[in-house]
Amino acid sequence: MATGIKDKVVILGMGCSKFGERWDAEPAQLMAEAFEECLADAGISKNEIEAAWFASAIDSVNVGPSALPLSMALRLPNIPVTRVENMCASGTEALRGAAYAVASGAVDIALALGCEKLKDTGYGGLPQRTRGVTNDMHYPNLSAPGSFAQLAAGYRAAHGVNKTDLKRAMAHVSVKSHANGAKNPKAHLRREISEDQAINAPMIAEPIGLYDCCGVSDGAACAIVTRPEIARSLGRENPVAIKALQVSVSNGTEVGHNSWDGSHLLTTRIAAQRAYEEAGVKNPREEISLTEVHDCFSITELVTMEDLGIAPEGRAVHEVLDGSFDADGKVPCQIDGGLKCFGHPIGASGLRMMYELYLQIQHRAGDRQLGDPVLGLSHNLGGFPSQNVASVAIVGLL
Amino acid sequence: MIGITAYGAYIPRLRLQRDAIGQANAWFDASLASLARGERSMCNWDEDALTMAVEAARDAVDAAARADVDALFLASTTHPFLDRQNSVIVSEALNLPQSARTLDTGGSQRAATGALQCAIDAVRGGCDSTLAVGSEHRRTRTGSRLEMLSGDAAAAVVIGSDRVLAEFVDAHSVACDFVDHFRMDGVAFDYDWEERWVRDEGFMKLVPPAVVGLLEKAGVTIDEIDHFILPSLQARVPAAVAKHLGLAPETVVDDLADRCGQTGVAHPLLLLAHTLERAAPGERILVTGFGQGCDALLFRATEAVTSVRPKLGVSGWLERRVPESNYARFQAFNDLVEREYGKRAEADMPTPMSALFRNRKMVNSFLVGRCTKCGTVQFPKAVYCVNPECGAADTQADHPMADETGKVKTWTADRLTFDMSPPAYFGMVEFDAGGRAMMDFTDVEPESFDVGTPVAIRFRIKQFDKHRGFRRYFWKASPT
Repeated sequence: MATGIKDKVVILGMGCSKFGERWDAEPAQLMAEAFEECLADAGISKNEIEAAWFASAIDSVNVGPSALPLSMALRLPNIPVTRVENMCASGTEALRGAAYAVASGAVDIALALGCEKLKDTGYGGLPQRTRGVTNDMHYPNLSAPGSFAQLAAGYRAAHGVNKTDLKRAMAHVSVKSHANGAKNPKAHLRREISEDQAINAPMIAEPIGLYDCCGVSDGAACAIVTRPEIARSLGRENPVAIKALQVSVSNGTEVGHNSWDGSHLLTTRIAAQRAYEEAGVKNPREEISLTEVHDCFSITELVTMEDLGIAPEGRAVHEVLDGSFDADGKVPCQIDGGLKCFGHPIGASGLRMMYELYLQIQHRAGDRQLGDPVLGLSHNLGGFPSQNVASVAIVGLL
Repeated sequence: MIGITAYGAYIPRLRLQRDAIGQANAWFDASLASLARGERSMCNWDEDALTMAVEAARDAVDAAARADVDALFLASTTHPFLDRQNSVIVSEALNLPQSARTLDTGGSQRAATGALQCAIDAVRGGCDSTLAVGSEHRRTRTGSRLEMLSGDAAAAVVIGSDRVLAEFVDAHSVACDFVDHFRMDGVAFDYDWEERWVRDEGFMKLVPPAVVGLLEKAGVTIDEIDHFILPSLQARVPAAVAKHLGLAPETVVDDLADRCGQTGVAHPLLLLAHTLERAAPGERILVTGFGQGCDALLFRATEAVTSVRPKLGVSGWLERRVPESNYARFQAFNDLVEREYGKRAEADMPTPMSALFRNRKMVNSFLVGRCTKCGTVQFPKAVYCVNPECGAADTQADHPMADETGKVKTWTADRLTFDMSPPAYFGMVEFDAGGRAMMDFTDVEPESFDVGTPVAIRFRIKQFDKHRGFRRYFWKASPT
């Protein structure tokens, strides 16, 4: 009988590079920047790492295929390194690989590192690229904002929300993240914006405007994980432990069967339910102290609040506008700026979210430290609303 | 009795205002202003002779009757493929039987009247139902008279012997190497000769022997002709030829010059389709095609002419119009300028022929899956049923989706992605008879487009592969 991952794996150390338009840095330098911080935090030597998982998503403008880029960048001691790519959930997948490895007892200490170098395309936004030979024959030639704009149309239709109200709530999502990001020295975008700026920004994909989109960034983030008893033997009595680590992947129902109404993320709901069960969370709205969700676009964050059960279904617009997810709200969301302002180097993002939860839970988050967070939740979403990979992780002290 | 059993047409909804051409080019050629009346049809960026041919055939023949078509003759001087049979693509888009004969004709402005004769001969030779389609999307030099006068369109005529609405009486042709214009292989544009010579030595001398020869064969006198169709780029030519032949002025069929322009190879069939919409039983229709000689065909409407109708027909398509005053857009859609499309346009998306062949039922015919166990219609067809309550393996039969209607479920207008005419509209379509698909939208009216908008499915260009000179096609949804 499977017993889940709860409290079987703890985080020994974490690191995160400065995110942004890192014209100065090769991917190897970004990885080293995150890794040096992580290694110092963990208080171990590189040679104690027995296995590694490397996340990166978009090959065409990035580090290239396989696990080699990580192993070579860090001069790892010829240990097994696995490359994972699961779109925007890649970083969390690397953490899952490393966590499962130490939980199984196959190794004692493992590394998860995500890195993405996106700013070598010559234009803004993610690179225009093939989606696969057969998919290219029928997929619309969509951009990421175009894909998630579908969610706005579906949400409006399902809940009878008018365009103006939804756009205002979307603006509030972004205004909040900009305010949070301004306080984060590692964030890509560090300027506060107003609601009017967000609402009146150039349209990217109706109704998603410029300020509804997250940053496209270069960066790396990583974690070193182990089992609780090893952490204790290294003097960590009260480490941050993984309470849940769940991934849910679409099987074609949403895009191909009329049972899905386009207003929500089916996979997020499934992953969240499994994560709550794994972590023993009965009432997420009351028990989750803060969230780092996949706010690739403001509309995604808004809908995710419902999919995670933190806002009641159909109420996210009101909850957002009431400030429930602001820094001083009931369940602060993106206290580090989120994808929106910390930035979104795809392969690194899941680990960047975990980095913030890890700091917050240990009261190490500096100017943006929240009162007394107990459980933190991270959420990734890769793909389109109609077919995607969703992950939900929950962490707290052991 | 052999004759026309159905007919249809297609005219792109965009109508370039001739004023816009005149104003943009007056600095160079002020005489163009004298032609700047009315409007001409223009293809959207994702339309060509092939996609228009599909629409015209669909306008003529409903899905059920297409199973009976056993030959397709496709006429154009602007076939997108020089060596890949265009009529086979049209045949698959129409889901005609694989046993149907297919043939591309071209090389002259009378290619469609030639295709029509082929269709008639095929029925005489034992075919049940044959389809002749003329389609043209001419590229013309910027600021040329031909740019002013041309239009883009297609028309389709079905020939058979069951429920004939216009009996084929007879035909006669004259072949003569009269070069009013020509276009060499590998050259983009026509080279033409002086209009007055074309009129006096060409139309006035080559059309009459074809018509007179036909009348003699048919035993019909000139005063028994009710409708005279003579496509020409010169407005006064049809009336002049008619007068010369002794035809009454009112028999000369309106050439639609001010409404869609002269649509090249398609024009004889387009005017024939337009005439059939208004013809009374018993009336005789003389249709000619001019180009290196002249084809002349005579039809006589039967009682059925008033009851057998195309879905929209020429009149319907003429009404379905959106005025376009942006000459720069016309130039871009016709690849007449070196446009900046941005770096996103550089993405290389090749089409592996092996994958295209494997997926040709989906790509060419829009055949999706229908689970024979639970009935769920699904796109794309797959091994396992998508219905979460079913999930059965290997139960899916081909299900034709191209003629289904649906409604917009989700959508956006994407200004970031590369598109030949931003913003790119796409989203989820839910089909009225079941099933759904994420797909591109085309011919969108931005003001009225939203969740719930009813849509129909159209065969369109999906992508140009400039590295290999290939273009691929797929199905898109457009508001009805």
